[in-house]
Amino acid sequence: MTIQTSLGRRNFLVSAAAVTGGFSLGFHVPFLDDGVANAQAVKELNAWVVVHPDDKVVIRVARSEMGQGTLTGLCQLVAEELDCDWNKVTWEYPTPGENLARNRVWKNFSTGGSRGIRESNQYVREGGAMAREMLIAAAAAQWKVPASECSVSAGVITHKDQKLTYGAVAAAAAQLEPPKEVKLKDPKDWKIAGKPLKRLDTVDKVTGKQIYGMDYTMPGMLIAAVRACPVIGGKLKSFDAAKVEKMPGVKKVVAIDGNAVVVVADTYWHAQAALAALPTEWDVGKLGEVQQDGINAMLKEGLDANEAFVGNKAGDAKGAIAGAAKKIEAVYNFPYQHHVTMEPMNATARYTADKCEVWCGTQNGEAALAAASEASGLPIAKCDVYKLLLGGGFGRRGRSDYVRQAVLVAKEMPGTPIKLIWSREEDMTHCQYHPITMAKLTGGLDAQGNLVGLQIRISGQSILASLLPQNLVNGMDPATFQGFMPTGAEATYGYDVPNLLIDHAMRNPHITAGFWRGVNVNQNAIYMECFMDELAEAAGQDPLAFRMKYLKPKWAAVLKAACDKAGYGKPLPAGHFHGIAQVMGYGSYVAGVAEVSVSPQGVLKIHKITAATNPGHVVNPAQIERQVSGSFVYGLSAALYGEITVKDGAVEQTNFDSYNVMRIDEMPQVETVLVPTHDFWGGVGEPTIAVAAPAVLNGIYKATGKRVRNLPLMNQDLKKGA
Amino acid sequence: MAVLNVNGKAVEHNAEPDTPLLWVLREQLGLTGTKYGCGISQCGACTVHVDGAATRACGVPVSAVADKKIVTVEALAANGTLNKIQAAWVALDVPQCGYCQSGMVMAATALLAANPKPTDADIDAAMTNICRCGTYQQVREAIHAAAKA
Repeated sequence: MTIQTSLGRRNFLVSAAAVTGGFSLGFHVPFLDDGVANAQAVKELNAWVVVHPDDKVVIRVARSEMGQGTLTGLCQLVAEELDCDWNKVTWEYPTPGENLARNRVWKNFSTGGSRGIRESNQYVREGGAMAREMLIAAAAAQWKVPASECSVSAGVITHKDQKLTYGAVAAAAAQLEPPKEVKLKDPKDWKIAGKPLKRLDTVDKVTGKQIYGMDYTMPGMLIAAVRACPVIGGKLKSFDAAKVEKMPGVKKVVAIDGNAVVVVADTYWHAQAALAALPTEWDVGKLGEVQQDGINAMLKEGLDANEAFVGNKAGDAKGAIAGAAKKIEAVYNFPYQHHVTMEPMNATARYTADKCEVWCGTQNGEAALAAASEASGLPIAKCDVYKLLLGGGFGRRGRSDYVRQAVLVAKEMPGTPIKLIWSREEDMTHCQYHPITMAKLTGGLDAQGNLVGLQIRISGQSILASLLPQNLVNGMDPATFQGFMPTGAEATYGYDVPNLLIDHAMRNPHITAGFWRGVNVNQNAIYMECFMDELAEAAGQDPLAFRMKYLKPKWAAVLKAACDKAGYGKPLPAGHFHGIAQVMGYGSYVAGVAEVSVSPQGVLKIHKITAATNPGHVVNPAQIERQVSGSFVYGLSAALYGEITVKDGAVEQTNFDSYNVMRIDEMPQVETVLVPTHDFWGGVGEPTIAVAAPAVLNGIYKATGKRVRNLPLMNQDLKKGA
Repeated sequence: MAVLNVNGKAVEHNAEPDTPLLWVLREQLGLTGTKYGCGISQCGACTVHVDGAATRACGVPVSAVADKKIVTVEALAANGTLNKIQAAWVALDVPQCGYCQSGMVMAATALLAANPKPTDADIDAAMTNICRCGTYQQVREAIHAAAKA
């Protein structure tokens, strides 16, 4: 299943129609650092590849880099087919406006769902291969020999004793017709892709030179600080601008969208100080009465409701469970989570009567462009978005609410660039949160301890209903069933259970729900994998052996790989225990083994996690290793601390002091095991997050005999006897 | 105009005395390598050195450091040569999104200056910076690597 993060198809068609004609005439290709004159002198080989006379290779990357390494991986794929010198590779972003003007030659900019490499590998490799063929053809023409007699390696074309570099023939090659078809290399022959190459974007990140949206600056720029109604969905009733207009640096006080106040000043500190002093009244209506207990009760009711959307069904689960020798039932929950990107939301916008420009970090450049057009009231052809690296995305920057706000403020001050910055507190309280859900799981075992029927009722919030209601399928949110899906290459359920029913009672509180790294695979894996341990125990069997009876081959193989590497079943240090979990998500098969101990005082220590991944093809094993170890910080932060709660309609947590996350002292050693089968393309940015919590929770049970079904762990007492 | 000693130079600024050092560095002096992450001295993205000690610049009023020596991430690479921590960070490809990494590098540089061979426990105690990409494993490896370099 493909999840669209924001720009709906209908929006795009309208947008594309709007830009047909004039805009493309004025289009020219921007280059990185050679100045405008040189830029216009160097012609691209195609949308993906520009080779400069000095052999420098510029690879264009449409997806957004937010730490996950996609830009390096995508460049490796292009460079592999291009056969260029990797040391001469640099990169640039095309803009979403250019993409529309060129009939979406770079296709999808949206960066989420671990899709960067698995979804675009084919066409970016073709771009590299086509450019290579054109370069060879240009050299062959110069030598007046058949192209088939030429060979190429690391950007040097050879025919007998003659050699030409790519830079020497690039200008001639750019005049040639691209080949109609190209043959891509067998991954077995890869020299650049598949290798643990260093990232292309590291040095500036350790010297302070890297510019993020928060750091972007322009001559004459002013800073805007914003405060939206603390209750999501509430309105602005009144504000008293006169009280702060004379404060230092203040330039303007405005309301936007009927739900937020903004102070524009010369510096952020001045803007924020005035915003804090600005008297404001909100109209929150009945939403102001919503409490967390009420939300929880709403979800609890859904656990036994008659109506639910069916996501996966086989045989007769209810009948099988009713007739089973043993019935096991458990209820789990997963609270709201916040992404907490290290860089709070921000965007810089400049509006004039005939142009709207935005500079920002975004996971979805085209959605940001659409938001700029909508907020400015200008046709999309008169807008563009210049993407900057993201100080974290995790799904949060797939939404363009902060872009809209920046443009609305810029529109109040035409010609003045406005950088709109959310404080951490604004960011924490105005997110689109990982949805809250609960699940009731009911299993039936026969007298021999075989699982004869399984029912999973999910009750809780739908992301699509919150963000993309047009993508609901007859009211149902298919994304709710990530990891539970009956078929498909995305997030398929791994167990063969003869009688199965997985359904969803949709319950949507007013808090906006959204995509959060790993999305619904996360809690679905907790529900399923913790309950598998409960079933195994009821059947009197080892959790691994019990799972192996029902797991399909690819799921079983990756779990076995993790367990083998971790030494599952072999003696551990005294007081240490292994918990296991597996899931398929984002096209990849993953499993984890957590080694944990719990002191008599209840202090949990996660010593080690061994995590296996089968992503099909491996584009950069070193970067996968980093994604996997990082994913456990994300998953375990949620398991240990992550909980957003609602009081009087508003989010209660405001900063890291009330929404804690994992730090280095709690970081387990992570060993990454890659078991690629080379027969598909899977994502790696997200899937292992989902095995973090269930593997640890299953280990905690072995250590303490306590089944933790309510997260986060900080609310649980693991002390002996507690 | 008030004066600060930043990266070995006397620099002037016109911020009010209660303005956090972070915003003076970023908005008055253009030193944007020091990041805003939380504003309450929790996350460490704004870590700078004040008289050599790792300090969270968002929690320090500029008036409190008027007579101190302030060093930001931009000054670590003397004459363009990365310091030991930065070099280890590059060698081990530590950063992911990178937003927290200025602060990480500053904290690690201060740690190594005070304690050239830190143990894992020393690293746990000193490196309280938050990273949401989850680079902690690589941060630990890189500090040990830098200590051996």
